[in-house]
Parts: sequence; structure tokens; C-alpha cells
Amino acid sequence: MADHEFPVERTGILNFAAALGETNRIYWDEEYAKATPLGGVIAPPTFAVSSALWNPSYALRGIRRIPDRPEPSPDEGAQKGARGDSSRLLHGEQRFEYHQPLRPGMRLAASTRAGRSWKKEGKRGGTLRFSESVTEFRDERGSLVLTATGVSIITEKAVGG
Amino acid sequence: MQGNPKLRAADLAVGASREQVVVENLSRTQIVMYAGASGDFNPIHHDELFATKSAGVPSVFAHGMLTMGLTGTLLTDWLGDGVLRAFGVRFVRQVWPGDTLTAKGTVRSIAPDGRVEIELVTTNQHGEPVVAGDAVAQLPVSSVGTSSAG
Repeated sequence: MADHEFPVERTGILNFAAALGETNRIYWDEEYAKATPLGGVIAPPTFAVSSALWNPSYALRGIRRIPDRPEPSPDEGAQKGARGDSSRLLHGEQRFEYHQPLRPGMRLAASTRAGRSWKKEGKRGGTLRFSESVTEFRDERGSLVLTATGVSIITEKAVGG
Repeated sequence: MQGNPKLRAADLAVGASREQVVVENLSRTQIVMYAGASGDFNPIHHDELFATKSAGVPSVFAHGMLTMGLTGTLLTDWLGDGVLRAFGVRFVRQVWPGDTLTAKGTVRSIAPDGRVEIELVTTNQHGEPVVAGDAVAQLPVSSVGTSSAG
């Protein structure tokens, strides 16, 4: 189990929406958003992926160094298999289940556990190892806001385009 | 574009579809913006030398999650903001700088309570699928809007 916080903030939502080329003002214009039935700014549907920025066990965090970081998450277990050779790590599937919109000011708790894992023979990459990781995001009252399920694939050989 | 605030389940029919170009001529700048915004700094997405010399791929390529996010824009532009209950994709093919992606959603089912299932496929400029998946939205059934979440 790997737990970390995920504070939802307007600047993070703006950066994320900008990277998607979004023109929908619900993601940054408070005045506009207040006049909609949602009553305020919300995050785009895939925004929770950016919780990686707050995950001290996230293996693809670039040059960021984290002192005294906790035990590696199940997710990182999969990523470690491909460390130094990230061309062997593929993101196979991603799924989100939504219970409430993500709004600026929310202080979410993210909790990740390993899901299923299985193997398959691939055509180009040799044996493919699939592993699922399930992250639940809960608000301060403990209510489930979002569940994110990712499937990582580690290939025997590098797989290009 | 803003999310459709008025769409009701009755406005859709099984088999109805919508498609839109979600990125035209994808730039490396956008891929780098996505790396920063998402926190995924796998060098295969931004370091051309790493991608070509070390990983042996033709160039950097986009994060799968960027393509999923772009596909999400079709859903929110079409169905509205805060109406999604589930959204899932399989990553089928890499997306390269210069690609133009078109996302398409097709209504698979409509329940009496306004729960709508959508089948999704996003294709590149060669007509090849890059992601495929599905989504569930909860749409209002009457003129009185149901509560929104998601």
C-alpha cells in the first residue's frame, strides 16, 4: 500500500488543461464556471494522473530527489523492472471511475494497491508481463472521489513504433 | 469549446456518433507541456537522443495518457462537463510528433435513468486506431437537471 496526498489546485488544473489544448473555460474561468450547474472550476477527466507529482514512490519523476522516501509502491515494482530501459515499459490500459468532480481546494488521499497480474506471449516484444495498479482517491471525509486503474506492460525486448 | 450543458439522454440515439479532431500536427512542445503537467518524465517522451539512440525508436512519442486526455475532450465537448461516471482506454499504437488525431464516440446504449454508454476510438491521420475504449455518462432525462458528478 502506498499512500500520499494529492491537493487539487487551480494552477495544476490550468497547466493540465493547457497541455491538452483545452479551450473549455470550466477548467480555469471561475466566473464562467460559477454560472454553470457545477458551480465552480473542475478538473479535466484524466487530471488525476498528475497525482504522480505528489507520489514519492513514482519512478518516472525526472530529476526530482526525495529524501527519506517510503517503501516503493506496487506501481514502482513494475517500473523498476524497466529502470534504465524505459523503452521496455508500456502503458497498456487506463480506466477511471468517477464519483465526484475534482475541484480546486480538495485535499485528496491517494492509496494504491496492486491489482491482477498476468503474462502473455507477444509478437515483437517476447513475453509480456501485465500488472494492474488500482489507486483510490478519497476526500477528507473518506468518501471515494475517483478510482484509477492502470495496466503496465513490461516487455522482454524494447518495442518501438 | 465548452462542455455541452444542455445535452439530455433523449437527444441521443443508439448508434449516433460524433467525431472531432482533437489535435492537429502534434508538436513536441505539447508533449513536453504534458510531461510537466502530468509528472511523467520518461525520457522516451521528450529526449530525442534517448529515444533514437538508446531506445531505438524513430523519435520521441506522446504519452498514452496525453492521447487519452485528448480523447476525453471529445467526451466533455459532446456530453457536457461533470457527467462522466467511467472512462477507460487501451493504448493500441504510438502517437508521434506531427500526428493529427480524430476522436470518435458512438452511443452503445441508453438506459431509462439517463445512463449512456459510449464506445470510443481515436485514430491517426492514416486511419489507424491509437486508443480504443469506452465511457459511461449520466445525463439528465428531463428538463430538471440531475445532480452532476465526475
